[in-house]
Amino acid sequence: MADVRVEKVTRSFGAHKALDEVSIVFPDGGFYALLGPSGSGKTTLLRMIAGFDYPDSGSIVIDGDSVERVPVDKRRIGMVFQNYALFPNMSVADNVAFGLSVRGEAKATIAVEVQRALDLVQLGKLGERRPHQLSGGQRQRVALARAIVTRPRVLLLDEPLSALDKALRVDMQVELKRIQREIGITTIFVTHDQEEALTMSDRIGILRDGRLVQEGSPEEIYDSPASEFAATFLGDANILPGTAEGNGLRLADGTLVAARSTVLPAQGRAASCAVRPERIAILPAAVAMLDGKENSLAGCVAKRIFAGSVSTYFVDCAGQTVKVLVQNAGQPRLGEGDDVVLRWSPESTVLFAS
Amino acid sequence: MATGGASRRGIGPALPLLAPAYLWLTVAIFLPLSAMAFFSFMTELPMSGKDWSFTLENYAAFFSGALYPTLLWASLRLGLEVTFWCLLIGFPAAYVLAKVLKGRVREAIFLLVILPFWSNGLVRIFSWAMVLREGGILDTALNAVLPFKVNIDLMYSYPAVIIGLVHSYVPYVVLTCYLTLQAIDDSLIEAARSLGASRLQTLRRLILPLAMPGLIAGGVLIFVPVVGSFMEPRILGGRTGTFYGTVIEDQFVAVFNWPLGAALSFILLAVVLVILAVAAPVLRRAQ
Ligand SMILES: Nc1ncnc2c1ncn2[C@@H]1O[C@H](COP(=O)(O)OP(=O)(O)OP(=O)(O)O)[C@@H](O)[C@H]1O
Ligand SMILES: [Mg+2]
Repeated sequence: MADVRVEKVTRSFGAHKALDEVSIVFPDGGFYALLGPSGSGKTTLLRMIAGFDYPDSGSIVIDGDSVERVPVDKRRIGMVFQNYALFPNMSVADNVAFGLSVRGEAKATIAVEVQRALDLVQLGKLGERRPHQLSGGQRQRVALARAIVTRPRVLLLDEPLSALDKALRVDMQVELKRIQREIGITTIFVTHDQEEALTMSDRIGILRDGRLVQEGSPEEIYDSPASEFAATFLGDANILPGTAEGNGLRLADGTLVAARSTVLPAQGRAASCAVRPERIAILPAAVAMLDGKENSLAGCVAKRIFAGSVSTYFVDCAGQTVKVLVQNAGQPRLGEGDDVVLRWSPESTVLFAS
Repeated sequence: MATGGASRRGIGPALPLLAPAYLWLTVAIFLPLSAMAFFSFMTELPMSGKDWSFTLENYAAFFSGALYPTLLWASLRLGLEVTFWCLLIGFPAAYVLAKVLKGRVREAIFLLVILPFWSNGLVRIFSWAMVLREGGILDTALNAVLPFKVNIDLMYSYPAVIIGLVHSYVPYVVLTCYLTLQAIDDSLIEAARSLGASRLQTLRRLILPLAMPGLIAGGVLIFVPVVGSFMEPRILGGRTGTFYGTVIEDQFVAVFNWPLGAALSFILLAVVLVILAVAAPVLRRAQ
């Protein structure tokens, strides 16, 4: 096992910079999710680490070895492809055995290792099958077994679950996480499914237009997004625009919103703050009491969507629509057109320059 | 299982679709071939006005001396050699076309490869004659760059026949291999490489097995006509260019012994079919 360090890696296709001085440390044994919109450079970065492509500049270090000029077959990595890429001319067992056999391992060793890997992905009995005789989930497991049987230093996965349907996908997420823990392998996982990134990884890096815009644990990124982009890309967020004032924000209608004290934008500059919908309390205007420490906004319910355990309210206030997520715990329901007061703590308010 | 649907509905609905092809095959291949089969058992052509009768003489002639079997053996060897060189040259070309080149360049090279298909066979062969003969293009060009004097006269030799035939038939291999190679997903090759396989191992253990149907199809497409070829051996081989195919041609155009020519052709057909039948299980396993 090993850590992977990517330092100032740049890669251009023509005039287009697919990666622009990206530096990331992928910790040893960690599960790191690379998240970002389509075209942000996730696959490009993963292919650089794998060795299918070489950076124009910058370095890639695996376990202390500089590998940016080492070809893929010498890097000792394991890769799982989106379309599984199982060899159609070989049985499942031969697929898994491939990496060991090109290395020239003894037949007996190979048989033992292959069986162990197949057992690990719970396909112990299907070794004789051909890939086309397997279901999508089973193929994914074979691809995983094939990638880890050689004991690679890093496991690279490019949207490995995106070809599976929702239910199977959740199963495979749990399974993948279990296997990763069991063998403790450094894992880099590309996805553009934010939920997948949040539930599976210990660290998330968000890419945008070939740059790393933020990284941290799922909680850090969710609770303290560093930009409007990060706030809206990972999870849902209300963005309130205004001008920076004190350690808060003056909205267009004159309300002052207090924010968590972090790095503050220059006073008087255009800024905005983000508030997660589930952090906002919604109260009928009649019973709302003022509390000087909390932020509050008066508004009017424009729409309510009931979804069983939760309801989503869309509230018109301060010249925009604010989304509020409420647990249905027996409190009196608010109807469309009701006057309400929204209240949330400054701790739940993240401010950034815009 | 695949035939289950067809047999339930019968062949009826497919008939209008099949009819034109089978009609054409009947007219274009079956009828002339039966006529030839008929001729091969005659003493004289009925058109010649002479008396004729049925005989097995023409077939017996093949076995009467060492001449015909020797020539057939030489032609089979020629077929194998040409097929070997075509596969050796055609496969890498197809690989580069399918997996390395992209866009415009690929189209241009592809065009170059299939160009021989579009040019007249005779023109092609005679242009090789210009290149290969003493004082020809190859000789002159080599002497122009080399400091010492070399004498290149490949004309009227076995290598000249091979060169001419390989040039004529290599596009078949390029086409069949291109199609099978194109169907191999790039991620399969990348997967093999990521598992630690060198380029050579990837070629041997993944690409070649997957491309085998194309190699076999190309090989068969080449082997069969080359064994019976006569134009290239005659023009480029000269005196050394006597093969089974040229002897058959002689019977038809020079000696006017059609019955013997027909019998020799059918013996060739039978031998080729036997070879393919014997090779079939091996080839199928290779796929
Ligand atoms: N081989 C290539 N030639 C030219 N441009 C490329 C090439 N590979 C990637 N790009 C460009 O680089 C950018 C990043 O591509 P990349 O495949 O890394 O995106 P991604 O984040 O994986 O997106 P997705 O989520 O859609 O898979 C894109 O703008 C893409 O068009
Ligand atoms: Mg991608």
